Amino acid sequence: MRTALIVLRKDILLELRTFETLPAMILFAVSTFVVFHFALNRSSIGGQLAAGVLTATVLFAGLLGVNRLFVADREQGGFDAFMLAPVDRSALLLAKASALFIFLAVLEVVALPAFALLLLGPSLGPALGGLIVLLALADVAVAVIGTLVSAIAVHTRARDLIAPIIALPLLIPALIATAEGAGPLLSAHAHRFPEGRWLAILALYDLVFALLAHAVFDFLLED
Amino acid sequence: MTPYSRGLRGLTTATAATLAAGLALVFFYAPLDADQGFIQKIFYVHVPLAIVSLCGFVLGGLFAAGHLRTRDPKWDMRSYVAIHMSLIFAVGGLITGSIWARASWGHWWEWSDPTLVSYLIVFLLFATYQPLRFSIEDPERQARYASVFAVVGAAFVPMNFIAVRLSQGFVHPRVLTLSGGRLPGAMQLTFAVSLIAIALLFTTLWKYELTAKSTRMQVRRLRRVALGDDAVRPLGRSAAPS
Amino acid sequence: MTVWATAPALPLHSAGKYVAAAYIVFVVLILVYVAIMAIRLRRTEQDLAELQAEVAARGPDPGAEENHDEVASGRLARARPVATPDAERGRA
Repeated sequence: MRTALIVLRKDILLELRTFETLPAMILFAVSTFVVFHFALNRSSIGGQLAAGVLTATVLFAGLLGVNRLFVADREQGGFDAFMLAPVDRSALLLAKASALFIFLAVLEVVALPAFALLLLGPSLGPALGGLIVLLALADVAVAVIGTLVSAIAVHTRARDLIAPIIALPLLIPALIATAEGAGPLLSAHAHRFPEGRWLAILALYDLVFALLAHAVFDFLLED
Repeated sequence: MTPYSRGLRGLTTATAATLAAGLALVFFYAPLDADQGFIQKIFYVHVPLAIVSLCGFVLGGLFAAGHLRTRDPKWDMRSYVAIHMSLIFAVGGLITGSIWARASWGHWWEWSDPTLVSYLIVFLLFATYQPLRFSIEDPERQARYASVFAVVGAAFVPMNFIAVRLSQGFVHPRVLTLSGGRLPGAMQLTFAVSLIAIALLFTTLWKYELTAKSTRMQVRRLRRVALGDDAVRPLGRSAAPS
Repeated sequence: MTVWATAPALPLHSAGKYVAAAYIVFVVLILVYVAIMAIRLRRTEQDLAELQAEVAARGPDPGAEENHDEVASGRLARARPVATPDAERGRA
C-alpha cells in the first residue's frame, strides 16, 4: 500500500511539473464539445443525447490519458527500477489506476461545467449529485481497464493504436451503463438519482475487472 | 505423429457424417416456420456458429490461463488456434445473423436485439488479438501478453452479455427469439444435430490446425539440427506462435 | 423459383435466396479449407522427404545422435546456435 502511494505521488508530481497529460485531455474534451455542436448542428441538447455526448467525450479524453500512462516508465527505466525493488508488483497497478482516476476526476471537474455551458440544455443542478456518483463509478472502470490495456500496449510496437482498439470494446458495458444512467439525469424533468440497475452494472463491472486486473497484472510486468 | 493427430480420422468421419445429417435434416425434415418460412432455416447455421464461437473464445481464454500457469508454449498455441478459429466462425455468425435480421426486419442490422449486439462487441474485442500479437516481437512476451488478453477477453464475454441485455430492458421486445421451449420437436432435433455438427467441426479443424503447425515446427527443428541454421528458411511474418 | 413470385410483398421473400446462399457458401468454405489443409500436408511431406534425402546424402553422423534425442523429446524449444552441425560439416 505504501509502495502504491509512493508511486502515485511520483506520478502526480511528474504531472504537476510537466503538465503533459491533463491539459491535453481537458482541451480535447472541450474541443470535442465544439465538434459535437457542429456535427449535430444543435445549440443545446438534453436527455439521452446529452448523456451520450458527455460519456463519449469523457471516454475518448480518457483514452488519451491511457496512452500516456506508462510511457515515461518505459522510456526512462521506471519498469526496471520497480521490478528490482522488493515490493509487491500489484502496487504498480493500484498506483497507476489511482493516477488515471484522479486525472479523469480533474478532467470531469472542468468538462462538466464546460458541457453545461456549451451544449447542455437543461440545468445541471438537481441531478449533479447523482451524476457525480455515476461518473465516479465509470471513472473506476476506465481507470482499471485503462491501466491494464496501457500496460499491455506499452511494450508493443504500435502502442498508441493498440490501446484504444482493445480498450473500447472492453469498456462498452461500462459505457452503456453510464450513458443510460445519465440520460434521465440530463433531461428537462431531471431525476435526482440514476436508476439502481445502472449503478449495479457499473459496480459489478468495476469489481470483476479490478479483481481480474489484479490477478493478471504480474504477468505483464515480467521481463 | 503428434499428440494432436490422435483420433483425428475418427473425428473427421464423425464430423462429416454429422454435418451431412444436419444438412439433410434442415432441408428435408425440419418443418417450415409458420411466420418466417424458409428464411427461418438460417437459424440452424447462425445459432450453432454463434454458440460454438463464443465457447471457442472462452476456451481460448482457458488455454491462455493454462499457459500463464505452466509457461508451456503448447498451451499458447492451443489458445491461439482456438481464438483464431472462433474469429472465423464469428464472422460467419455475424453474417448469418445479419441475414436473419434482414429477413425479420428488412434491414441488415438490428440494434434492438441484445444477443446479436453483444456478439458484435465480443467479436470487435477478439479481432484485436491478432494485431496485438503482430505488434510484439519478442516471442515469449508475445505469448504472455496474448494470454493475458485472452483471459481478460474470456471474462468479458459473460459480463458483456449481461450488460447489453439489461440495457435493452423493457422497451424493445426481443426480435430474434430463441425460445427453446416453444420449438416443436422436429426443430429441436434439427437444431441439436446442427449444434453438435458445428461443435465437431470446430474441434476437428482445431486439431487439424494444431497438427499442421506442430508438424511444420518439428520439420523445421529437425532441419535446423541436421543441416545447420542456414538451411532453414525464415518464417514469413505471422502472428502465430512457434 | 415460382414460389418467390407468389410471395407477399415483404422483404421476407427476397431474403430466401440469401439463406440458400449462406448454406452453400458454408459448405464451399469447409471444402476450401479441407483443400488448403491437403496442400499444406503435401508440402510438409515434401519437406520431410527432402530432409530425409539430404540427411541420407550426408551419411551417418555419430555426433548428431544427441541432438536428435533432444528434438524427439521436445526439449529444443527455440532456435539455439548448435555448435555441432558446423563441426560436422567441417569434418564431412
